[in-house]
Amino acid sequence: VTDSFSCLTRMRKVSVLLFLAWVCFLFYAGITLFTSGFLLTRLELTNYSSCQEPPGPVFLPWGSQGKPGACWMPSRFSRVVLTLIDALRFDFAQPQHSHMPGEPPASLPFLGKLGSLQRLLETRPHHTRLYRSKVDPPTTTMQRLKALTTGSLPTFIDAGSNFASHAILEDNLIKQLNSAGRRIVFMGDDTWKDLFPGAFSKAFFFSSFNVKDLHTVDSGILEHLYPTMDSGEWDVLIAHFLGVDHCGHKHGPHHPEMAKKLSQMDQVIQGLVEHLENDTLLVVAGDHGMTMNGDHGGDSELEVSAALFLYSPTALFPGAPPEEPEVIPQVSLVPTLALLLGLPIPFGNIGEVMAEVFSGGKDSSALAQASALHLNAQQVSRFLHTYAAATQDLEVKELHRLQNLFSKASADYQRLLQSPPGTEAALQTVITELQQFLRGARAMCIESWARFSLVRMAGGAALLAATCFLCLLASQWAASPAFPFHSLLLTPVVWAIVGASLYAGLLTMTRLQVELVVLEAAAAVGSLLPFLWKAWGSWRSKRPLAALLPIPKPVLLLLLIRLATFFSDSFVVAEARATPFLLGSFILLLVVQLHWEGQLLAPKLLTVPRLGSSTPTGPPRHSGAYALRLGIGLLLCTRLAGLFHRCPEETPACHSSPWLSPLASMVGGPAKNLWYGACVGALVALLVAVRLWLRHYGNLKSPEPPVLFVRWGLPLMVLGTAAYWALVSGADEAPPRLRALVAGASVVLPRAVVGLAAAGLMLLLWKPVTVLVKAGAGTPRTRTILTPFSGPPTSQADLDYVVPQIYRHMQEEFRGRLERTRSQGPLTVAACQLGSVYSAAVVTVLTLLAFPLLLLHVERISLAFLLLFLQSFLLLHLLAAGMPITTPGPFTVPWQAVSAWALMATQTFYSTGHQPVFPAIHWHAAFVGFPEGHGSSTWLPALLVGANTFASHLLFAVGCPLLLLWPFLCESQRPRKRRQPPGSEAEARVWPEEEEEEEEPLMEMRLRDAPHHFNAALLQLGLKYLFVLGVQILACALAASILRRHLMVWKVFAPKFIFEAIGFIVSSVGLLLGIALVMRVDGAVSSWFKKLVLAQQR
Amino acid sequence: MKETDIKTLLYAHFLCIFSVILSVLIPSFFVENFSVLDTHLTWLCVCSLFVTAINLVLYLVSKPNASSKRSSLSHKVTRFLKCCIYFLVSCFIFHVIFVLYGAPLIELVLETFLFAVILSTFTTVPCLCLLGPNLKAWLRVFSKNGVTSIWENSLQITTISSFLGAWLGAFPIPLDWERPWQVWPISCTLGATFGYVAGLVISPLWIYWNRKQLTYKNN
Repeated sequence: VTDSFSCLTRMRKVSVLLFLAWVCFLFYAGITLFTSGFLLTRLELTNYSSCQEPPGPVFLPWGSQGKPGACWMPSRFSRVVLTLIDALRFDFAQPQHSHMPGEPPASLPFLGKLGSLQRLLETRPHHTRLYRSKVDPPTTTMQRLKALTTGSLPTFIDAGSNFASHAILEDNLIKQLNSAGRRIVFMGDDTWKDLFPGAFSKAFFFSSFNVKDLHTVDSGILEHLYPTMDSGEWDVLIAHFLGVDHCGHKHGPHHPEMAKKLSQMDQVIQGLVEHLENDTLLVVAGDHGMTMNGDHGGDSELEVSAALFLYSPTALFPGAPPEEPEVIPQVSLVPTLALLLGLPIPFGNIGEVMAEVFSGGKDSSALAQASALHLNAQQVSRFLHTYAAATQDLEVKELHRLQNLFSKASADYQRLLQSPPGTEAALQTVITELQQFLRGARAMCIESWARFSLVRMAGGAALLAATCFLCLLASQWAASPAFPFHSLLLTPVVWAIVGASLYAGLLTMTRLQVELVVLEAAAAVGSLLPFLWKAWGSWRSKRPLAALLPIPKPVLLLLLIRLATFFSDSFVVAEARATPFLLGSFILLLVVQLHWEGQLLAPKLLTVPRLGSSTPTGPPRHSGAYALRLGIGLLLCTRLAGLFHRCPEETPACHSSPWLSPLASMVGGPAKNLWYGACVGALVALLVAVRLWLRHYGNLKSPEPPVLFVRWGLPLMVLGTAAYWALVSGADEAPPRLRALVAGASVVLPRAVVGLAAAGLMLLLWKPVTVLVKAGAGTPRTRTILTPFSGPPTSQADLDYVVPQIYRHMQEEFRGRLERTRSQGPLTVAACQLGSVYSAAVVTVLTLLAFPLLLLHVERISLAFLLLFLQSFLLLHLLAAGMPITTPGPFTVPWQAVSAWALMATQTFYSTGHQPVFPAIHWHAAFVGFPEGHGSSTWLPALLVGANTFASHLLFAVGCPLLLLWPFLCESQRPRKRRQPPGSEAEARVWPEEEEEEEEPLMEMRLRDAPHHFNAALLQLGLKYLFVLGVQILACALAASILRRHLMVWKVFAPKFIFEAIGFIVSSVGLLLGIALVMRVDGAVSSWFKKLVLAQQR
Repeated sequence: MKETDIKTLLYAHFLCIFSVILSVLIPSFFVENFSVLDTHLTWLCVCSLFVTAINLVLYLVSKPNASSKRSSLSHKVTRFLKCCIYFLVSCFIFHVIFVLYGAPLIELVLETFLFAVILSTFTTVPCLCLLGPNLKAWLRVFSKNGVTSIWENSLQITTISSFLGAWLGAFPIPLDWERPWQVWPISCTLGATFGYVAGLVISPLWIYWNRKQLTYKNN
């Protein structure tokens, strides 16, 4: 009987887990379907331009087709030196004119350091130009390199793949140079290696990954630059310097280091100019800018304005440079360079040539400009034709208008060429027309490469909504005792397979391609619909519709407000401040609700007896303003956590917390030491708090390995973390002979901490029950901490279960023995901590998770982590104060608990210094334990950065079962008055003599008493949490789709959706893990009991 | 009996609303360039004063706690002083709560404090007038089934609606409309005022509507 019962229980556990996993799968299917419709990629054409095939009928003014080296246009320069200085913002290169003679110009570290540019601009105005080049977002290096070689517009979806760049398939400058037989020498950033494999005749690659390293790449380039230049074995020389960008990432532009770096670049430019020969063009360009903090990736003004500088030893420009440098799109460089070098313009280019450059020839300048522009326009027009034929992306009407514009301009141009040298005015109109066409084409491409698939978006959103509804329905249903676990599980799986195979079959019949995303969605819909149908049917027959929305009204209101904020870009930007506000409202609401229901204060305080027939819900469990104190403490913690706030880029008035920078960047010894002390203090406080908590519930007594680990392993982890921080924050000050040691230790220490944590987790999973069994003579005093063997009075409801019967049987047996052996002194079995066996495991796992996650963050975030633990502890207590314990079940977790928990997870995301935008990602996390970078591996850095970003989601999701367990845990603190004669509340703590008959707090063993309800409660908890998270992702998806033409969609809504989606996935996985952990503990407790029974029977 | 009570309540509430309106109109005769938004702090003080004055007048006229046996002067004085202390304490508590909710700690202290003062005026002052400095009575009134008269009932409603108004007033602050009233704490004070006025209007109506269901033990 026992075996079959335990088998049944195990089956039920597995089915709960699988059911939750299925719900997660439904959400994932909805998210992927929506994403596939929302984040569209541009179609990459693989056509190539070639010399033999001009983009249109050739009308060259000077019949120079036959010239050697001439392709579409005769080459103006035979060689070019392209110097890319990563993150060279425009103002870094801007000449500094002192406003008044004698007065020094503004002395920011990055201003006026490129003096050689200024000198050249002043002394050789016909040879030099400086432009403010407008960069298209996303401003990440790989996207910029793609744009700078293809002349096209890399789309948003590429933004995340900065770690894993792949070869460019589209036509590009490098490819054109190769097919023209030019020798390209490259030196610098190794991103180029992935983008253009095998394209360089000679290359010196240096790893770009380690952003802490300011000098390796640059000194490597400098070592080879001048020798290569002088050797003459090159036609195109590309040097990509990374120092400025890395300096921005490490120190920010306002650091003195930036001045040094820029001065070094200035010397480089100076040297290049000296080595330059007459047939060579020098291009100095920044691929993007940087923000005030030195980050990039977004589209703020500072990020998208880069410097572009041209210098030719021979005169190139007709006039002197304008006072304020001209603003040009960055991709203009591509067609310009192509035509200057006598190459075909890359096929997919949508840039417009810089007409100015083509005016230096002997012909009339305007005519040369017009011919360059005309070639460019022909190429763009050809591209548009081909692209429009391949896809339906481009808007037909606009395309038509542009074609007309182009035909007209082209006709005008031809007429001009055939007629005797036309007037300047006529030429100017042609130029304007051509430019209009080119700009229009570019604008249209930008507009339409953000086009969405509305069907998929709607389908994804509908799937998400239906799954949310399912969660709501099932969470209500799970509370009812007749919840059919097995049939529930099997039906969806069967239907999913049926749906998926139907869809696949249909597609094979019609010979269409099977797309994985849609297949997944079909499976999800196939399984969801029958389930909803069935659930709905059984629901309608039993309960009224009104009970379908079980969420209490104030909680519902707060949830709705939270969801509404996703639809406003201002609120998404201000979410870091709005979430604590909502959380604070939630907390006060809980406190006020407690007071309203009379549970906050003892009724004797209320002078007038309360009216109405409110049944006494039991006396208030805590003295005085216990809940009020908890609430105030929580508010205080929330406010303090807000100090670790990182500002979004959009709010210039806001100042990010200075505590988010690593200690290594601090100058000044005492402050640094103090901060270091505070951080270590926070670590120790966290450790001590967890140990005290475990000790309070008697969990540190057993000699089992997990307990030993908690006693000794955790302090070791703290020690390792503290030592690592000390090394990292003081690495620059270490004496040279210790450098190697320091470097080695900063590799080993984080890995050791992670290893320890993993070992601890393994130990805990291996032996989750760490119960100290004391058999033999015990004193009555130890009996007070005994737990399970004096259950509640037998109730008929429990008799369905066998294990409780075994309990009871054992209990009787013990009683019998006790009575028999009373004369010889009581024989007892002391089982410490059984009352908190589940939550102890969860808390230990949380601590074990928290330390490695903490290691990935900046040192001072440890204070935020301490606050996190404190906050969740207080919140759990506050929630437990309002939660009635319903023995023998069904157990429920109220909605306000789940909502507050989810809200706190979001708040912690912000208070650990995160923001849902790409530039705010803490990339440095990838280097913890790997200071030298990762080589070619991409999943490990992605994992580290992801763990850093979604740490709070993970912790709160794993800790979710605590919401169910905590009220039982708090049972032990309540004054036990049941046996007291009424009216003697004051001496509640004086125990009567007959201790044996005193009812012990069963705490979490109450859950074991009703395994069916326990499983149902876990299922319900999971569903509710998934519902709250799912509604959030649904709101994000809806916001992104409704506001898809909003100005802020790529800046705010799309990143928010992506972060929320990944956060959801992390949370759901964490939730499953947390619930699985509790189930594992439950299984272990069962087997422990079985063993005990066997031992007693012998 | 009940109808007349409700009528009295209605008149009293009209007086309170009138005082709020007066606080907007009257200072423009004395202060140059007075407007609620531009000279917000002045208005806050004036409004607080007016509402307190009307409440005091109402208290003196109606004397809700006239049954108090000891009515010696010293008793009255201590009672008054106690009331003042309660008022100040409530101001400070509100200030702390605002800061905990995210108000700036150091900048705009005066603004935040005056917001606390006006919220206290809308909530604490009527409580003091009606219930006296008696914390237990307050706690009773603001709990389930705790009210014993339509006056307490209306007090409950106006106080809760003032708090709700102040809370809702925080929501426009992050929006990028760039209106002058979106600045901290103007939207909150306006929200509190509107909430208070709305509570004053709603509570007699609500009581009138539910007069059949409402039963008070001591009334």
